[in-house]
Amino acid sequence: MWIVLGATSALCFALKLLGHLVPERWLSNPRLQRINALIPIALLSALVVAQGLVLKTHVVIDHRAAGLAVALGLLIAKAPFPLVVAGAAITSALIYHVH
Amino acid sequence: MSDLTRATLRDSLSVAVTVGAYGVAFGAASVAAGFSVLQSCLFSLLTFTGASQFAAVGVVASGGAAASAVAAAALLGTRNTLYGIQMAPVLHVEGLRRMVAAHVTIDESTGVSLSQAPRGTKAMREGFWITGLGVFLFWNLFTFAGALGANALGNPASWGLDAAVPAAFLGLLWPRLTSNVLRLVAMASMFFALGVTPLMRAGLPIIATTVVAVIAGWRRR
Repeated sequence: MWIVLGATSALCFALKLLGHLVPERWLSNPRLQRINALIPIALLSALVVAQGLVLKTHVVIDHRAAGLAVALGLLIAKAPFPLVVAGAAITSALIYHVH
Repeated sequence: MSDLTRATLRDSLSVAVTVGAYGVAFGAASVAAGFSVLQSCLFSLLTFTGASQFAAVGVVASGGAAASAVAAAALLGTRNTLYGIQMAPVLHVEGLRRMVAAHVTIDESTGVSLSQAPRGTKAMREGFWITGLGVFLFWNLFTFAGALGANALGNPASWGLDAAVPAAFLGLLWPRLTSNVLRLVAMASMFFALGVTPLMRAGLPIIATTVVAVIAGWRRR
């Protein structure tokens, strides 16, 4: 746990500082910029399914999937972020207790 | 205080408070993943870049190795490098101030600063600093509140916290999906991650998904 905390903090700060120190042309490669812009989308998408639909190394549909479905519905209905998270939590908790 | 400064101040503070409040979700997610309240607060103080923090605790929560958690967080942190490259010529700071500027170089401080461009360089600098330091203050306060709250609640599943975390990721992802190509990349990433899940150790599918970003970004569109 401490290793994750320390290494994440050190690396993330190093990445931030790097941007303030390097000349602009170093990262002006358009291919690199396109890929860099897509990385958050790929990773966040993977995190959604890895956290919501996976148990260890198995794909499962459980109470979390119901919560995630409600979150998706709320996002489509343009609900604010806290409501999306709360809606998912309440749905998931209800199903968890019913089962 | 001039009108010019007041408008920048308003933009900066509204972003700082709103975004800072998401810290509750991080504090809760971090404790649900098994980190202590102290560790959760240190994450927000020292890492201070939301998506990376969520990723690190998310990978740990899904049973991934420490290296996978750190790699996912670092990959999400690379965009701050690009922000720094954009902000450095605007800020023109040296020494300790540059270190502080680097630490508060995040989505929000860069976004507000760039949006102040029509008001001039001074407004861009004010927007960066007020937003960056403001988010830092509120993000850390709310992380502490969220971590304490989750700690008091006990079993995460019983309160739906295990679903709140992926929902928060979906909420972070949603506003980024501004074109059909981006939506396609998101869908492909989800199917890819699920597809490789049985083949890899927990946590690795998340890192492997960067392949989708590389393939999609390789060709000129």
